[in-house]
Amino acid sequence: MSTLAVREADAVAPAAAEGRMSAWQVWGIVMIAPYILVFLAFVLYPVAYGLWTARHPQSYVHLWEDPIFARSVVNTLVFLLVGVNIKMFVALMLSGFFVQTRPWIRWLSLLFILPWAVPSIPTILSFRFMLNPEWGVINQLIFKFTADDGPNWLNDPTLALTLAILVHIWKSLPFWTLILIAGRLAIPGELYEAASVDGASNPQKFRHITWPSMQNLYLTCVILSMIWTLGDFNSVYLLTGGGPADLTHVLATLGIRYLRLDQVDLSMAAIVCAMPLVLPLVYFMMKRLSK
Amino acid sequence: MSAPAGTVLRHDAAAPATPERAFDWHTIATDAKLLLIGIPVFIWTILPIYHMVLFAISPKQDAFSGKLWPDHPTLRNFEVVFGQKHYFLSHFWLQLWNSLVIAVATGLLTLMIATFAAFAISRLKVKGGRTVMNLALFTYFIPAAFLAVPMYRTMGLYGLLNNHWALILAMVTIASPYAIWVLKQASDKLPYELDEAAVMDGASAPQLFRLVYLPLMMPSLVAIGTYALLLAWNEYLYAFLLLSRDTDITLPVALGNFLAADDSPWELLMTTGLIYSLPPAAIYYTFKRYMVGGLTAGAVKS
Repeated sequence: MSTLAVREADAVAPAAAEGRMSAWQVWGIVMIAPYILVFLAFVLYPVAYGLWTARHPQSYVHLWEDPIFARSVVNTLVFLLVGVNIKMFVALMLSGFFVQTRPWIRWLSLLFILPWAVPSIPTILSFRFMLNPEWGVINQLIFKFTADDGPNWLNDPTLALTLAILVHIWKSLPFWTLILIAGRLAIPGELYEAASVDGASNPQKFRHITWPSMQNLYLTCVILSMIWTLGDFNSVYLLTGGGPADLTHVLATLGIRYLRLDQVDLSMAAIVCAMPLVLPLVYFMMKRLSK
Repeated sequence: MSAPAGTVLRHDAAAPATPERAFDWHTIATDAKLLLIGIPVFIWTILPIYHMVLFAISPKQDAFSGKLWPDHPTLRNFEVVFGQKHYFLSHFWLQLWNSLVIAVATGLLTLMIATFAAFAISRLKVKGGRTVMNLALFTYFIPAAFLAVPMYRTMGLYGLLNNHWALILAMVTIASPYAIWVLKQASDKLPYELDEAAVMDGASAPQLFRLVYLPLMMPSLVAIGTYALLLAWNEYLYAFLLLSRDTDITLPVALGNFLAADDSPWELLMTTGLIYSLPPAAIYYTFKRYMVGGLTAGAVKS
């Protein structure tokens, strides 16, 4: 039915081509022009300008000599490899939880979406206050129960980066869970019923039904999430500000750090250095989506 | 427990109508397992939000006591914020207004640009439409934080820094690729017979757009307009780079500026944050039907 419709449309378009088509093409150009203008002025030109600014090999030498840069690359990789994978795995498991039909799970799912629906700045600041070593609620509770001072959470680079990853997971977990729920709901229920009749155990059902149906979606989600996580400025910047001693920067915040130090060429060079990480992922997504 | 937990439960969901379900141990055990997952999920989700609410309704001296509920809950903080009675908040209403103007302008402009482009590509089959679509997709996948510094410099060259248009145009740039993609997917699904019928009746392209296309696309348009609006409302990085005067900035930037001071009034910061979070949450729940269908299905083609 749908192929028929497409074929007819193809057939009609050339038929109308003689008289009408040109007018339609003109309208097409007029209507697509605003986006092309936006693209030229605010994507192409800035990118070209950025590459031009980052053309000096000297910038890369400086960058390489800056220990903060190396540290940021490592932090970014940790963020991507550990953070994203944990997040997606939890989302996969939680999607199995949320497809259950219980009234209270329905209510919980409404609440669960909140971190994604609200702006990140108030909630990340809320995290930041909870973690304050002197007045924060977490250390207050630790003091109450153990009479010991809690750790200075954001003053330890490893701990601070871990917490930034947790904040990132808190913020974006609902979105990915939602997508994976949609994936799970698309699996026909008869498959599970048939497996039950055959006496399959639950892990077997997961391995032989759920996972094969979802692995493509899951992989796409992981890649897309990695791309977005690369650009996650807020979780790090608003929680740790890159500190202590600039040791928790990631590539997304490093550009801003150099900008604030008035080293625009280094800022651009840092972004160019992120491209070997970004472009393969983008290429993968483009191939998936534009087929 | 952890790995297959999801599937254990799925099995029960598939057969909810078994007659002996009423009161058997199996169901109770399953419910207990579900609660074992549900309670941590609940606490994890609500903790920072509850912490924010708690601060907002606590008097200053109570806020730090570590209690689960303040002894004397009060709306005093809201009074201070709404009355702009603290020097950090002396432009609260103006900054809220800035956020609103920028979000609405971004929503409308994105909607206009993206709908035009999707119509031109999908229905008018404009030459080069595919290339434009691919360029837009490519832009969509470039993390916005990486475009921020070049964008900041470019806005400076255009003389738009500290002008609301800088932020609006930047947000439109970020929002429109995804908007075009989703709208193009949606419009590809409309039957072409409609276009043909309209052409037979002598409709021009603008008439087709206005009378046939727009009404049919309404649900997707609502989703995309909301998406762009919320994106701009929630934005921090670009707002903080492109705007700097106290009277120009949006509320998130003002909240970020709180942090620079040592004596930040936390309870007021949390109150303001809570107020700022309410509209997006309300919008999300109002348009949930469209958002979940339109956005998540579009985000990842399964």
